[in-house]
Amino acid sequence: MLDNLRGIWCIIAKDMKTYYLKPPAVSWGMVFPVTWTLAFYLRNPVDFKGLIPGLIAMTALFSTTAAEAVVINFELRLGTLERLLLAPINMAAILLGKILGGAIFGFIMSTIVTVTCALFLNFHVNWPSFFLILLPSLLAFSTMGSLLCLLVREVFEAQTLLNLPRFVMVFASGVVYPIEFMPRSLQIFAHFLPLTYAVKGFKSVSTIGTTSLPALHAAILLGFFTLFLFPAIKLLGKKFQ
Amino acid sequence: MTLAIKVSGLVKHYESLVAVNNISFDVKEGEIFGFLGPNGAGKTTTIRMLTGLSRPTAGTIELLGLNINSDVKAKKLIGVVPEASNLYDDLTALENLFFMGKLYGVPKKERCKRAEALLELFRLQEKRNQLFGTLSRGMKRALTIAAALIHNPKILFLDEPTVGLDVMAARSLRKVIQELSYQGMTIFLTTHYLEEADMLCDRIAIIVKGEIITTGNPEDLKEMATKEQAMEFTVSNDASKLIEPLAALTGSRPILINSNTLRCIGATNDLLAHICKVVQEAGVKVIHINTVRPTLEDAFVRITGLSPTVMSAEKGGK
Repeated sequence: MLDNLRGIWCIIAKDMKTYYLKPPAVSWGMVFPVTWTLAFYLRNPVDFKGLIPGLIAMTALFSTTAAEAVVINFELRLGTLERLLLAPINMAAILLGKILGGAIFGFIMSTIVTVTCALFLNFHVNWPSFFLILLPSLLAFSTMGSLLCLLVREVFEAQTLLNLPRFVMVFASGVVYPIEFMPRSLQIFAHFLPLTYAVKGFKSVSTIGTTSLPALHAAILLGFFTLFLFPAIKLLGKKFQ
Repeated sequence: MTLAIKVSGLVKHYESLVAVNNISFDVKEGEIFGFLGPNGAGKTTTIRMLTGLSRPTAGTIELLGLNINSDVKAKKLIGVVPEASNLYDDLTALENLFFMGKLYGVPKKERCKRAEALLELFRLQEKRNQLFGTLSRGMKRALTIAAALIHNPKILFLDEPTVGLDVMAARSLRKVIQELSYQGMTIFLTTHYLEEADMLCDRIAIIVKGEIITTGNPEDLKEMATKEQAMEFTVSNDASKLIEPLAALTGSRPILINSNTLRCIGATNDLLAHICKVVQEAGVKVIHINTVRPTLEDAFVRITGLSPTVMSAEKGGK
């Protein structure tokens, strides 16, 4: 147990240093959501506050998955991931290290965006509840990214595959356009997307105010995390057989 | 003597392909044990199973009495150097060693001490702050071995340790391997270089098509080839014209080594006079003549029936 915890910590620290805190990850994780949001802000500054929960959720999604293709597929190709397997830690610990590295980076980026909105755009949030939604969102997104990366071999394949759910979710999860106003079929589809619960959750803990329960969204997001985690561990194991 | 590695009935199937077929062997503590075989013989598959990277289809593996697949303690006892030098390009030499040390739970003070000692052993002190990605191939190889030693393992697994290295780098690496063995470390290495196996190993297992053909120390294996003596001689002119008369008169099997050198397999000292006669009659001068002591290559050819060229081919068909 101690070996696995130490292994997880080592992997997180190494990935943060070598991948996440570097310009490509920062730009993809931060610049894209901010640019996107600025575009909406300039179009309609009055109603902008309503978009902030979606912006935070989108930042969480894009930043957690910003470097996963490199962290997983590139390391598989180089053989460095295999080296981790030789150490006295198990497969689940290796994958958790990779997932948590992305989640911590997402935490930093999402918190910066939220604090900025709180300071400059008069966006009020219940901070304990905010973190109650943020943490399972990050875990769900990062694990989803890892699972998709493990489905393919090459970095470019992983990047392409990751873009599909990222962009589909941005449009179908109520980030910009409220789900209630979407066609019925899209409303049903939105229920299968983790970003939907992150957006709803962030709305429920902010002054935007919805009647839904943050804890329920957090529980569903944790469900997504578990749902993605087990097949991802299995796929990682298969890579070495 | 205690057994460092005990393998019984090891089998590995990849769907219909049998990569390793029911092999068994023991490695004693402190021994350098070589797995010698051509590419595709099953050497890497075996090392992957021994180090827990791949699960065997059947059979058991014990490392110092521990099961590598079920006892995590076994992983702490081994250091592994895969065929490709696979440390992190974006970390420096020292950072890579620290990372590996941390991963194995080596305390900070000990980690620093061991990292310094290893950099010194591999003459990499001046490269300590250089990124791994920018090191030469030989240095990368040396650092990869150093990283496998950071937690002071009892058994070191080396997969083709000198592949792709220049002569000097390969030589100094072999020296380090020997030094580690003198210090009591058990070393299991795979190689397709016959001279390397001959120089380094206390015992060798020859593996072909997933099966161990024979096991023994290099001298014993060479002894198997001594049943057929050979004489080799260099002459002043084209030696090819001597092949037919030598075969007819001596009953040996002459092989052209190069344009001026012939090796007569099956020729004993008793035939020396006949050989000199043939050479004289052909009007060429003998520059050099000697009996040939069998090499491990001769033994390999005799034991496996394979051509020695299968061993000189690099992986990937190079």
